[in-house]
Amino acid sequence: MPPVELLLMLLLLATVVVVARLQDLFAAAMLTGIASLLAAGLFVLMDAVDVAFTEAAVGAGVSTVLFLGALSLTSRREKQQERTRILPILIVVATGAALIYGTWDMPAYGDPDAVIHHHLAPELIAETEEKIHIPNIVTAILASFRGYDTFGEVVVIFTAGVGVALLLGGLGPRRRAGHGEEES
Amino acid sequence: MKPPSRVREMPILRVIARALVPVILLFGLYVQFHGDFGPGGGFQAGVIFAAGLIIFALVFGAEALRQVVPVVLTERLMAAGVLLYGAVGVVAMFLGGEFLNYSALDPLTTGHYGQHLGIIVIELGVGIAVAATIMRVYYAFVDRRADEDGTGADPALDAGAGGEAT
Repeated sequence: MPPVELLLMLLLLATVVVVARLQDLFAAAMLTGIASLLAAGLFVLMDAVDVAFTEAAVGAGVSTVLFLGALSLTSRREKQQERTRILPILIVVATGAALIYGTWDMPAYGDPDAVIHHHLAPELIAETEEKIHIPNIVTAILASFRGYDTFGEVVVIFTAGVGVALLLGGLGPRRRAGHGEEES
Repeated sequence: MKPPSRVREMPILRVIARALVPVILLFGLYVQFHGDFGPGGGFQAGVIFAAGLIIFALVFGAEALRQVVPVVLTERLMAAGVLLYGAVGVVAMFLGGEFLNYSALDPLTTGHYGQHLGIIVIELGVGIAVAATIMRVYYAFVDRRADEDGTGADPALDAGAGGEAT
């Protein structure tokens, strides 16, 4: 593994271990933002610029703010656990081991013989310019070739927003009065 | 003295935020409308735009943001973004194509201008929906906080500065 990737990976590992062990939830929220930023750095090194962009904006930016918003509604410190619970640790370790075992079947990173580089990808790279007429292939795939999926994703985001609003006070005219805008 | 007001009165934060927020919003628009040439697109642009406005709210207070973007407006824009995306698909159907087949938007050429137009419009729909949703979620937290302690205090700044509560 190249040194920069290795460094980012080690920093990421250290950050998540600290997040899991911290009792101070404010520090944990800030560190999850840093973990997202490190992940975004890794994505850039893997040439996945669009993904890195999303990770940095959502993971390091907005979700940190929302974590802090949630924290202000609850306590800043985690409740002390009386005893270490074995079963959750076992489940987490088993799941992690299964996921790592799953990566053994994956092609090596950057392997030109990997299936993903032979199925669909060459045609999309060759035809996007002529069919869609825009240079960013990622945008062309997301917005046009698989426009249905993206439409579904937007509906999911909309539904999630409606859900959060309903859970935390209600929507529209029935919203709980925030600042004397409306009386409920 | 309540910490939030102290944080909000810090001149460095206020000056930096005043200088940065317009740049962030402009960058959000750039990512929105340049997504077909560079990295980015509606989703990232919506997040960046909303983040810029939330930074404004963190420094100048959620009330100040409410003057610019009322909660009702975010709710309407959430739906408007989704409907704009869907409308492109329906218009494509009326013009003789399949749902979301943007080539039908441009019957005169082989269709790639229609593709380009369709992508720009649906990305705009995505951006509007994402930005409005994030701001609506942010408002949900702020309002909840205001319900509980009756102050208009900002949740993120309280979490940052109000550590002595426990």
